Amino acid sequence: MKSKWLSFPYLVWMLIFIFIPLLLVLYFSLTIRTPDGLVFSFDNFRRFFEPIYLKVFLRSVYLALISTVICLALGYPMAMILAGNNFKRKNVMVFLFVVPMWMNFLLRTYAWMTLLERQGLLNTFLTFLGLPPLNLLYTQEAVVLGMVYNFLPFMVLPIYSVLRKIDRQLIEAAADLGADQMTIFRRVIFPLSLPGVMSGITMVFMPAVTTFVISRLLGGGQFTLIGNLIEQQFLFVGDWHFGSAISMVMMVIILLSMGVLSRYDKEHEGGGLW
Amino acid sequence: MAQNIIHLVNVSKNYNGTEALRNINLYIRKNEFLTLLGPSGCGKTTTLRIIGGFEEPDSGEVLFNGVNITSVPPYKRKVNTVFQKYALFPHLDVFENIAFGLKIKKMDKKLIAEKVHNILELVNLSGYERREIDSLSGGQQQRVAIARALVNEPEVLLLDEPLGALDLKLRQEMQIELKNMQQRLGITFVYVTHDQEEALSMSDTIVVMKEGTIQQIGTPTDIYNEPKNPFVADFIGESNIVSGIMLRDYFVQFAGATFDCVDRGFEENEPVDVVIRPEDIQVVSPAESKLQGEVIAVTFKGVHYEMIVQNNSTRWKIQSTSMAPVGSKVGLQILPDAIHIMKRVTAK
Repeated sequence: MKSKWLSFPYLVWMLIFIFIPLLLVLYFSLTIRTPDGLVFSFDNFRRFFEPIYLKVFLRSVYLALISTVICLALGYPMAMILAGNNFKRKNVMVFLFVVPMWMNFLLRTYAWMTLLERQGLLNTFLTFLGLPPLNLLYTQEAVVLGMVYNFLPFMVLPIYSVLRKIDRQLIEAAADLGADQMTIFRRVIFPLSLPGVMSGITMVFMPAVTTFVISRLLGGGQFTLIGNLIEQQFLFVGDWHFGSAISMVMMVIILLSMGVLSRYDKEHEGGGLW
Repeated sequence: MAQNIIHLVNVSKNYNGTEALRNINLYIRKNEFLTLLGPSGCGKTTTLRIIGGFEEPDSGEVLFNGVNITSVPPYKRKVNTVFQKYALFPHLDVFENIAFGLKIKKMDKKLIAEKVHNILELVNLSGYERREIDSLSGGQQQRVAIARALVNEPEVLLLDEPLGALDLKLRQEMQIELKNMQQRLGITFVYVTHDQEEALSMSDTIVVMKEGTIQQIGTPTDIYNEPKNPFVADFIGESNIVSGIMLRDYFVQFAGATFDCVDRGFEENEPVDVVIRPEDIQVVSPAESKLQGEVIAVTFKGVHYEMIVQNNSTRWKIQSTSMAPVGSKVGLQILPDAIHIMKRVTAK
């Protein structure tokens, strides 16, 4: 029964920092402030489904989906190259890939601003070539670019680690049974890498759908995302109740999508929740 | 005469400067059960991988029915492999594993189902179609691996130590089953093992290898009774190997006595190696024999006793159904045809 005692500090930690805050969020989301004090109400949730907010929500999901798809399209071949047997400087490449992640997230995003802005590096270069400057910053594309740039490693690394673990003999067995390179990939390598793909998707989609820094810096506040909406409610509007309700909705949606994803993740190797 | 289905011509292979295969020449006849036998690192698996197409030799040719296939990739070869660790696809069930090769050939679905059904029957796994691979025991996985290869009706089946991971009893059962399958299907089997007993009991032809070269090719009886050199003698079964002198044709001297033997063609007084199987030495009373010694150890092995007899500086290993107690003086009788004389190999 020793293990029971060992888990005690963690239980206290979880109670204070996870369970109670969650309850508070739930409490705030289910109440509204009236002249007579706090009253129980579903109003906050009803408000979320007003077109103006629904549009923000859909835009968030849309941009996050696009970013995830781009990350997958870029990340999978990348992971395959890294996991490839005939690639000598593998460790250096993985290292270089991870290094930017050690830098502050804000700093990296600000760096993109100086690259993309009107008098930024890219436009200076275009002018130098005699081309008209482009409107790069404060566009949807800039937001997607920021998401892809920041979250790509989270797609590559889980796929890379799954690919690397695939038994070489399985590939030889497939070739032995008559499969050419393309068929081996389609019928063996890709299905076996699905757990990595699933956790990659999870790890890119989740932060992308809830980000508020990238959309604020690279979108210039024109593209309010769900994260920005929550931020506004808490910091500027001061409506903690509505903010909490949006957070709750997001949480439920993320939980549901994780659940769907992990159904495909038979091996439970990825970051699935159940 | 049976026809040669595979012919390796002067095949050599190096890995990072180490010679894995040195000038291998080997015929494999149609429908035979050929075993590549040798200790680990002797090149037997490399030979198999070259036949399978997973390695390309540095020099030499691989002929398949007379056609050069040296650079043909594995997926275009009419051979299939049973891998050492089975290499079953963990994401597919038994049916899908076995149907893998057939589906690639775009075979009709009904026909695939029928073929899979029949092959499962052959390997005694009827009704296992929808089982997951990791729910099967080692022996069952082994059968699935064999079925997956056989269902493609290869002309040659390559087996890379397929029974290595099984326990003794299961291994012996599978040996018999494999041999039966091979005879029934009439497919050429090329089998890799380091287990001499397995090789002796299953093969039509045994190829003994050592350090990338072929030591001897022959039937199990040939290899066992007429080993070409001390290595083969020692590797196949147990042997007493002593040094002796070939006095003249049919007369050899070793362990301080002169014996009649059946070998000839050596120079007079040529130093030779003398190989005698432990079961070919009879224990008799000291007076009846030229060789006397003292029993220093006796082990009961089930079918026979194994005795160690010390004679001057030589220790003889003897297997016999009768036993002489430790400490007793015995005579050793060796008949002429039990004595195998081998040219002395100069140590390198």
